[in-house]
Amino acid sequence: MAETNQDLHLEDLTKRFGDFAAVRDLTLTVPNGTFFALLGPSGCGKTTTLRMVAGLEDPTVGRISIGDQDITRLRPYKRPVNTVFQSYALFPHLTIFENVAFGLRRRGVKDYRQKTLDMIELVQLGPYAGRKPAQLSGGQQQRVALGRALINEPGVLLLDEPLGALDLKLRRQMQIELKRIQTEIEVTFVHVTHDQEEAMTMADTIAVMNQGVIEQMGAPEDLYENPVTTFVANFLGQSNLIMTDIIDGTGAEVIVDCQGQKIGVSPERSHAQGRKAWLGIRPEKIFASHVGEGEQADTNVLRGGRISDVSFIGVSTQYLVAMPWEQELMVFEQNTGRRPLFNNGDQVDLSWSSEHAFLLDADQDAHAGMMTPEDRE
Amino acid sequence: MTHGVVPPPATTAAVDGAMARRRGWGWLLLVPGMLYLAVFFVFPTVQLFLTSLYDPSGNYVQGYTLTWHFANYLDAIRDTWNLFVRSFIYAGIATGVCLLFGYPLAYAIAFKAGRWKNFMLVLVIAPFFTSFLLRTMSWRTILADQGPLADFLRTVHILPHDGRLLATSVAVVAGLTYNFMPFMTLPLFASLDKVDHRLIEAAGDLYSSPFTGFRKVTFPLSLPGVVSGTLLCFIPACGDYINAELLGTPKQYMVGNRIQSAFLTEHNYPLAASLSLILMAIVVVMVVAYVRRVGTEELV
Ligand SMILES: Nc1ncnc2c1ncn2[C@@H]1O[C@H](COP(=O)(O)OP(=O)(O)OP(=O)(O)O)[C@@H](O)[C@H]1O
Ligand SMILES: [Mg+2]
Repeated sequence: MAETNQDLHLEDLTKRFGDFAAVRDLTLTVPNGTFFALLGPSGCGKTTTLRMVAGLEDPTVGRISIGDQDITRLRPYKRPVNTVFQSYALFPHLTIFENVAFGLRRRGVKDYRQKTLDMIELVQLGPYAGRKPAQLSGGQQQRVALGRALINEPGVLLLDEPLGALDLKLRRQMQIELKRIQTEIEVTFVHVTHDQEEAMTMADTIAVMNQGVIEQMGAPEDLYENPVTTFVANFLGQSNLIMTDIIDGTGAEVIVDCQGQKIGVSPERSHAQGRKAWLGIRPEKIFASHVGEGEQADTNVLRGGRISDVSFIGVSTQYLVAMPWEQELMVFEQNTGRRPLFNNGDQVDLSWSSEHAFLLDADQDAHAGMMTPEDRE
Repeated sequence: MTHGVVPPPATTAAVDGAMARRRGWGWLLLVPGMLYLAVFFVFPTVQLFLTSLYDPSGNYVQGYTLTWHFANYLDAIRDTWNLFVRSFIYAGIATGVCLLFGYPLAYAIAFKAGRWKNFMLVLVIAPFFTSFLLRTMSWRTILADQGPLADFLRTVHILPHDGRLLATSVAVVAGLTYNFMPFMTLPLFASLDKVDHRLIEAAGDLYSSPFTGFRKVTFPLSLPGVVSGTLLCFIPACGDYINAELLGTPKQYMVGNRIQSAFLTEHNYPLAASLSLILMAIVVVMVVAYVRRVGTEELV
């Protein structure tokens, strides 16, 4: 299977329900054998996208193909695609064995017995083959759903938040297992999730989706280190966003006026169009120091901060630093134990290397994609 | 475990007491139903059983004596076995036709009716708004020798020139089918309506054509409805006598007709009672055999 070109292409895919566009002009390519994650908040169109690939929903506009084969109008049961459903959708009247064997038997595969037993071994459900789905735990059911889809050796496996119903510990365990199986059999996985950590640990490529469109697509590190929209900056991890004026965008560094202090940003990280821009910097990239102690040649410095909150997390300490322009910035510091913690009210300077900041278009909402504490669990 | 975590004994006793009380209440809930059954089912059944063993030479003017006359059963079977056979055949065919027509109907209401679902359900039970007897009487008009239906069937040569619809087995079975159709459709609908659409999508995702998906997923999941629907049709149809009486002739009479005339016309209570009990026994055996066969293998 690895030799034949089985890349999944979506071109200008749009799905409207009445007037409402659930998915808009989606174009992407998933290379054969890679792990692709579709990440986005609830209701952004992830399931709708998957359902179009599976053939359970007809696209309003656009084209879907696998390799050279156009599958846009193919009925679901004719597509080389299988799905692990958000709700598992196991057949309650069939045993685990019969559930897993279902696809093979429908296609008339002769030696389905041995293959089914092998698959049940792979997903580590050997002792449960004769049970009904209702007699299994959530994690076991999830593995049945996975085995039932994988056994068909699909060109593309679609996974719709398959780990959503599991508790945190089991979810981490299954993430590792999924990744192991994916590398073992080299099938293309398109994995839908709204858990950014899950997407980052598992995927080769992440597409961040918001309100029916893809905001940014790339390797997890790229998305995290160099986001191009405020939504991505806030949805993947956390970011400090400060309103700035661009002074000079022509030199080796883009120079901005950050509330009266000059800051440089490397041009490949500048995604701002107009004269104003959001200056973005991750909390863990900022180094707080007592006034006058943190100066180095290649760093940017913001002066005049005052520690306004200290939370000791264990592995790190999270500070809120009140700046002279009435904004509080987040600063995370690892607990290396090399220096004492700051106290509330301490005067600090904040510094970071210029390759760590990024500039985003000023028209965007600085709060886009921010998660409330409940969203983060 | 620290001392604070262990509940003091007094609390445990209190919890046990509360649970015992709760269990006691649970039993109390059964009382009205049990009482009702005892008065209106167990007592009459015992009475019926005793009646079936009365001396058959008695009559209702002079009264009967209980002589444990088990030969009543043999007499009943010998004289009416053909009525039993006919009853089961008619009821079986009617149940089969109900299933054949009721399933697509229930399927359509559950999966395709959309916002008309409730309206269509009302239509299914609408016949209950008028009496069973009246509805069966009106079938006489529909099937009448000079009625439009018979005329039409004669014109297209499905029915011979002197052929009739009324007063035939077809009429009786058609009446039974019509009268028991809602008892088939409603349980079927209830089962089909519960079938998770995502399971059907999953079957499609796993290479099932719509028909295979139906055969392997939807239908097996609707089996509880099939079982209860067929039972709700078959059992009352076996004992029915109105349809045979109004739409048939004595040649189409079923066991119910014989029981009715033995009780109400001839006042031959021992015969009527033994016929009733034989019918009950056969139906119970058939139902148990049926539920066991379908139930253990296929039901969820
Ligand atoms: N059949 C439908 N008719 C109308 N609107 C729909 C339909 N299916 C989905 N939508 C809408 O399309 C949007 C995207 O839905 P979708 O199920 O793709 O979200 P999602 O990204 O999978 O969310 P979640 O993470 O909650 O599963 C939602 O606003 C939803 O209300
Ligand atoms: Mg979804």
